[in-house]
Amino acid sequence: MSAPEGSSAESGASKDGVGSRWPELIVALLLAVIAALVITDSLRVGSGWGEDGPKSGYFPFYIGLALLGSAVWIAASQLRHWQRNPLFAEKAQLGLVWAILWPMTLYIGLITVLGIYLPSMLLIGFFMLRHGKHHWGLTLAVALGVPLLFFLVFEKWFLVLLPKGPVEALLGF
Amino acid sequence: MDELNNLFHGFGIAATLPNLGFMLIGITLGVLIGVLPGLGGANGVAILLPLTFSMNPTSAIIMLSCIYWGALFGGAITSILFNIPGEPWSVATTFDGFPMAQQGRAAQALTAAFTSSFVGAIFAVLLITFTAPFLAKFALKFGPAEFFAVQLLTFCSFVGMSKEPPAKTIAAMMLGFALASVGMDSITGTLRMTYGVPELLKGFGFLIAVIGLFGIGEILLTMEEGLAFRGKSAKINFKVVWQTWGELIKHWRLFLRSVAVGCWMGITPGGATPASFMSYGMARRMSKDPDSFGKGRIEGVVAPETAAHAAGTAALLPMLTLGIPGSPTAAVLLGGLLIWGLQPGPMLFIEQKDFVWGLIASMYIGNVVGLIVVLTTVPWWAAILRIPFSIIGPVIIVICAIGAYTVNNSLFDVVMMLVFGVMGYLFKKLKYPLAPLVLALVLGDMAESSFRQSMLLSQGSLSIFWSNPLVGSIFSLALLLLLWPVLAAVRAKLRGGEQLPAAT
Repeated sequence: MSAPEGSSAESGASKDGVGSRWPELIVALLLAVIAALVITDSLRVGSGWGEDGPKSGYFPFYIGLALLGSAVWIAASQLRHWQRNPLFAEKAQLGLVWAILWPMTLYIGLITVLGIYLPSMLLIGFFMLRHGKHHWGLTLAVALGVPLLFFLVFEKWFLVLLPKGPVEALLGF
Repeated sequence: MDELNNLFHGFGIAATLPNLGFMLIGITLGVLIGVLPGLGGANGVAILLPLTFSMNPTSAIIMLSCIYWGALFGGAITSILFNIPGEPWSVATTFDGFPMAQQGRAAQALTAAFTSSFVGAIFAVLLITFTAPFLAKFALKFGPAEFFAVQLLTFCSFVGMSKEPPAKTIAAMMLGFALASVGMDSITGTLRMTYGVPELLKGFGFLIAVIGLFGIGEILLTMEEGLAFRGKSAKINFKVVWQTWGELIKHWRLFLRSVAVGCWMGITPGGATPASFMSYGMARRMSKDPDSFGKGRIEGVVAPETAAHAAGTAALLPMLTLGIPGSPTAAVLLGGLLIWGLQPGPMLFIEQKDFVWGLIASMYIGNVVGLIVVLTTVPWWAAILRIPFSIIGPVIIVICAIGAYTVNNSLFDVVMMLVFGVMGYLFKKLKYPLAPLVLALVLGDMAESSFRQSMLLSQGSLSIFWSNPLVGSIFSLALLLLLWPVLAAVRAKLRGGEQLPAAT
């Protein structure tokens, strides 16, 4: 079965693009680290046979080994074919990904302090002004309207409480 | 005909006014989810799951499964009008659907897609209606060894059938199992893999993983694609629908073939996406004029849509009867059942008759409702797609964050969602499959306990997996599928082959 994707050439990396060689190796390394954590802790709780049957580490130990094995396999396959370096993403594309990733990270950081409503307004507002170049009026309407709608749907209609911060407390919620 | 009696009883449950209302809400939300980038069947259902905790399980599952049908329908709209597959399984629909829209035949393409989806689903529901009770009865005889063998078969068939490299499939799967084992061991009560972090006591919620991997990951991918949505508009009127139906009847053989492919791929966990590609490829190869495919053939829309919808629906068969979901969305629905206190598996058909048959009946009604809804409301959905991503994008992030929070009312989960999102992006870019990861995360506990129970029975000897012909043949088939890539590589004797054929 040939999947008609076809866009990833064997060596698509050029000066405008980032090759997948290093991402490939880094992800394999991360998987190996996770595998090491799993194996270490499985050995700690016991990976063998206890008085009443298999111990808690019995199953995860082999899972860890298999994860480690496949990570090594992936890394080895990349190392053996060092030249193989298909395009991971173009630099411009990575720029776009970053342009949404950092506001998102900041947003989630702010949620833990300010609750969900205020950061949501800021995120939507920032994104609409910065990337959409929308009109102030529209931006304000969406940025205020959407979180307000969620407030009504979740807290009033379905009675699901969402995280709130000091500002909401000031308003009496 | 016990099944028919049960089914009529089910219709009585499903066709009450509130349940029909939930169906309508579900379908509408589902199409919306299918149309919007970053929200799909799996994470859409995951986000909405917490809202149903207070509903009664039958109404809840009816609404959630209707969201699933809606998402399956919705994927076709974006593929045909915008050449953007809203869902992975509608990629194959773009090949001929978008050219048709460019030629001004968008209405025909949409009608063909919706009708095919409907036909695929109905056949799969018929299959479920008549085979599920037998399968459930059969599975009642299963012991832990048989269950583990079936679970192993599920996972091995991922390795054998996916087009991703086997090492990456295994890695994704093992990561899922590893994450599932974090927290308290359900058998001995020992804490493991928590490394002293109190938030990890509960383990990793798979709903969080689904929202992150599929939702946030998809947002990042959409962002990368650039944000130009330039679509065709479409109006469907009754005359076009009628004419297209007349044309479609001539392709009845294609329908049957695609249904067969779809049902097979849905029950074995191949899932909707490979089913749609396989069915498209088959239609092209068996056509008299293969070169005209990709240029706007109606068969090129019928084949993948029928198969995808049949697979998506058939994926619920092993979920209900064996407790093993055939697709990530089915896995999320299974998670829902567990949360409502229903144990999926053979006993469900005995203990929760109302629930099971209400659900099956709702599949019939839900798909009829779905077909009518999408045929009448296409222009509105197309309008939603014209809202710029700079508005939709952040709103979807907010929705994902709310969804992740409401699962356990935990802010830690929201942070984990972001981690899973970045992981989903990296995995997608490096062609790690996500479905085995999600399924392993859901089934991890079950697979582990059935394995450990089998080991207890046999005092640690693997020979229990060949102790009777049933478990032996399932287990051998699983191993065969696991080694399939190796066997295929050896047979093809590919020089400079991709992977070293080493068993893991």
